[in-house]
Amino acid sequence: MSGENFTKLGAAEIASSVRAGDVSPSEMVRASFERAREIGAGPDALNIYLHTDEQASTEEAAVLKERLGNASDTGILAGVPVAIKDNIASLGLPTTCGSKILAGYVSPFEATAISRLRANGALIVGKTNMDEFAMGSSTENSAFGPTRNPHDVRCVPGGSSGGSAAAVAAGITPLALGSETGGSVRQPAAFCGVVGVKPTYGRVSRYGLVAFASSLDQIGVLGRTVDDAALGLETIAGFDKMDSTSSDEPVPIYRLSALGVPAPDARNPSTEAIRVGRTPVPLPPPPGATTLEGVVIGKPKEYFPESLDASIRDLCERSLDRMRSMGATVRDISLPRSPLAIPVYYILAPAEASSNLARFDGVRYGLRVDPGKGLKAMYAATRSQGFGPEVTRRVLLGTYVLSAGYYDAYYKKAQAVRTLITDDFRSVFASGVNAIFTPTTPTTAFPVGAISDPYEMYLNDIFTVTANLAGVPAMSIPIGRVRRLPVGGQIITAHFDEYTMFRVAYALEAALGPEAHQ
Amino acid sequence: MSRDRYEMVVGLEVHVQLKTRTKAFCACSTDFGAPPNVNTCPTCLALPGALPVLNERAVELATRAALGLGCKVNPLSVFARKNYFYPDLPKGYQISQFDQPLATGGTVAIGRSDTGADVLIGITRLHMEEDAGKSIHDRYPGATAIDLNRAGVPLIEIVSEPDIRTSADAGAYLRTLKQILQYLDVSDVSMEEGSLRVDANISVRPRGQSKLGTKTEVKNMNSFSAVERALEVEYERQVALLDAGGKVEQQTLLWDGARETVRTSRTKEGSHDYRYFPEPDLLPLVLDEKWVGDARKHLPELPDARKARLTQEFGITTVEVEQLTATPAVAEYFEAVARASGDGKAAYNWVMGEVLAALNATGVEISHFRVRPADLAQLLSLVRDGTVSHTAAQRVFALMVETGKPPAQVAADEGLSQVGDEDAIATWVDEVLQEHPEEANRYLAGEKKLQGVLVGFVMKKSKGRADPKRVNQLLSGRGG
Repeated sequence: MSGENFTKLGAAEIASSVRAGDVSPSEMVRASFERAREIGAGPDALNIYLHTDEQASTEEAAVLKERLGNASDTGILAGVPVAIKDNIASLGLPTTCGSKILAGYVSPFEATAISRLRANGALIVGKTNMDEFAMGSSTENSAFGPTRNPHDVRCVPGGSSGGSAAAVAAGITPLALGSETGGSVRQPAAFCGVVGVKPTYGRVSRYGLVAFASSLDQIGVLGRTVDDAALGLETIAGFDKMDSTSSDEPVPIYRLSALGVPAPDARNPSTEAIRVGRTPVPLPPPPGATTLEGVVIGKPKEYFPESLDASIRDLCERSLDRMRSMGATVRDISLPRSPLAIPVYYILAPAEASSNLARFDGVRYGLRVDPGKGLKAMYAATRSQGFGPEVTRRVLLGTYVLSAGYYDAYYKKAQAVRTLITDDFRSVFASGVNAIFTPTTPTTAFPVGAISDPYEMYLNDIFTVTANLAGVPAMSIPIGRVRRLPVGGQIITAHFDEYTMFRVAYALEAALGPEAHQ
Repeated sequence: MSRDRYEMVVGLEVHVQLKTRTKAFCACSTDFGAPPNVNTCPTCLALPGALPVLNERAVELATRAALGLGCKVNPLSVFARKNYFYPDLPKGYQISQFDQPLATGGTVAIGRSDTGADVLIGITRLHMEEDAGKSIHDRYPGATAIDLNRAGVPLIEIVSEPDIRTSADAGAYLRTLKQILQYLDVSDVSMEEGSLRVDANISVRPRGQSKLGTKTEVKNMNSFSAVERALEVEYERQVALLDAGGKVEQQTLLWDGARETVRTSRTKEGSHDYRYFPEPDLLPLVLDEKWVGDARKHLPELPDARKARLTQEFGITTVEVEQLTATPAVAEYFEAVARASGDGKAAYNWVMGEVLAALNATGVEISHFRVRPADLAQLLSLVRDGTVSHTAAQRVFALMVETGKPPAQVAADEGLSQVGDEDAIATWVDEVLQEHPEEANRYLAGEKKLQGVLVGFVMKKSKGRADPKRVNQLLSGRGG
């Protein structure tokens, strides 16, 4: 298979071809690596990957081929190459979180999300670049150099899952795992013109995801299309006893939402049978079959401010029109506490980060810098040299807001406002709104080096962090371009209602047609 | 006397290791004494991406302890992170509980005051937390070794109110607390093995003053008596400071048992800001009312109830019951013997005498003691019905300890059954009189006080089998 053909295939198509024996798993691995070489994924160009091992991936493909011979042991992602953000613990390839402090670190255990991908036949082809410890919105904070946007190499891919978004946008894999704490999947998805999903908090096990802010962190998927993302999330979602915060809510088969019908009962025997066998459901029906009849779309005024870029506003309005024409009702709504999200986020996330990153102390693993002047000096030298400036800034900020005398004024207050932000979403969904539609980001991808003020950088996530704070699922899908750069539209639904989110996304994607992607 | 002028005010923080098979937040073994760092996994090593999962058994034991100490078990408690850097604290924080602990407000009665009223020590709170690892400073010159086997082992911390007024009361509180926890079967409560650790908060104030003085925290005591001594020493130090017009400084002190002094801790614990916040990796702990109710219903019998019942049921004295109930294992053993033999007094005598002596001599725990209560009860019955003499019974018991055989069999095998047969006893008496002519002659000449000596010779000759009553009668017959 040539790299050219490969870049056009979706995950479901690849899995079907591999299972049918039309193409072998090792051919898929080769195609992915060929595409990476062809487009310049290496450190001197796009700098997408931090770690790859073509030989190991090829060997894995050979093992999968054996498995495919045994019909009872097949997966819905058979032979699909998948790229993994470097803060998700993997066996074999290192897990460095884009940080010097973990350079060369190889995890002795694997994240549940990766185990589930592998169990379903996915082939891990590399670990992708990211902002150090997922702190950033441009992938410029990687200790191993920035990733470039495949649509315009002068621009950033967004972040912190910039490497994963770029891998999918560049056609290296149809599917990648990223992670979100405050928009880190959706924002790079928007910048790179791909689909990015942040599931409900608790939907996907965090076991193996290196913690940034545990109460916000969630593994997400990036796909070339809505279908790729749906297939990916379906594979990794569901309760895991290793993560106490993972939910045992039943996981519906998200791809069925492409049929334009409300969520079937996940325990319905026919859908259950499809799940047990882990064989792929038929491909989504042609776009004509999609409908949004009866669906109420909320348009929150706080996400369409006066200052919003006019071209982005126009593309959002076009999307809303398409949804109307498919039978949806668009309703003006308000999420009044959303403007407080950025300050709340930049108290809570650093607070948790300051504690989560304490384990990187040079004692057990990772970098140790020991000036030979005792324990404290070793800690100070290791952490000062191991962490980059943004990580250091947030650890200091977080330590400060948790300090005696400041805790009530910052952390506690921020938690209270977080509850109010969540209440905003709950009451909107309780009022009959099925999904909320907003722009994903206030701008398109910006040039590398263009933003040096941290606060200006934080504002990139102004439309996305609310979903993290509220814990609701949200995704970004491409809705067009402004001056050649992709623009993302955001769909947000109620807790654990990813099914409706995918239903709207499938329909909108079909209505907008391929030009929104390309 | 400083006692008359200054009152000692003490509150104790007791850390107790829960008796679980696995750690608090991972599946690693809690085995004591494994080679260093063997009982570890990604979670207790704090590897990137690992997460804690709460051990249900630890919650059960902590709840049982709380109920046994009369605490209110909160329907919702919250785990919190206590943040500080230390090499044996892998995550850089300890998972503990802070403003919403598992349980609050209990009481421990530690005996009677001079006025005859119960002395009650309040329990402020009882919360769950995990242990840290061990830093070993003297193993490798110039370096510190870390053993993380203990990291993540489940603990409860029991914090008392500052209700303790003397070092003796502190000792009494600790002994009572230990006994209750033993009866609840939640911990090994061994200070030697580190499954019970005590930190003491102590201040002094002029008698009659209600405001508390500035406290210091004293750590590093390795026994209850060390706690008592440390409190005395620290009391005197504080009083001397105040008397000299100085001030007590709030600080953490380490007890130096060899020198009988306290010294300032090198790590300034007091200055720590632990930056507590709710542990986001764990859900709040919600305990169902019915579940707590069931736990309360199934609480083991506590020491006071056990004492009252045994006294009443077996007719033993309050002093005797104190001895018998010191540990639940001995109390249970006693009760089984007393019940099976129907003789509380004899059971008391044997358990506190021969049984404890044998345990001390062999170093065996009573739960593993070879002579099971049923066997001992049978021996007591044999003595009562005259089959085995008191003297022979000691020998039978010794052989039971040695061989593990039941008493009837031992007595039969060794020919230790009591002999009441007139002829056999007469033969032994005759032989004794012949073998000890001097004593025999003096006795027969009317020196009655020698009868006891001669009985002793006969008993020895018969290896304790002769019925002493019959021996006495026969000798009196000869002498008369």
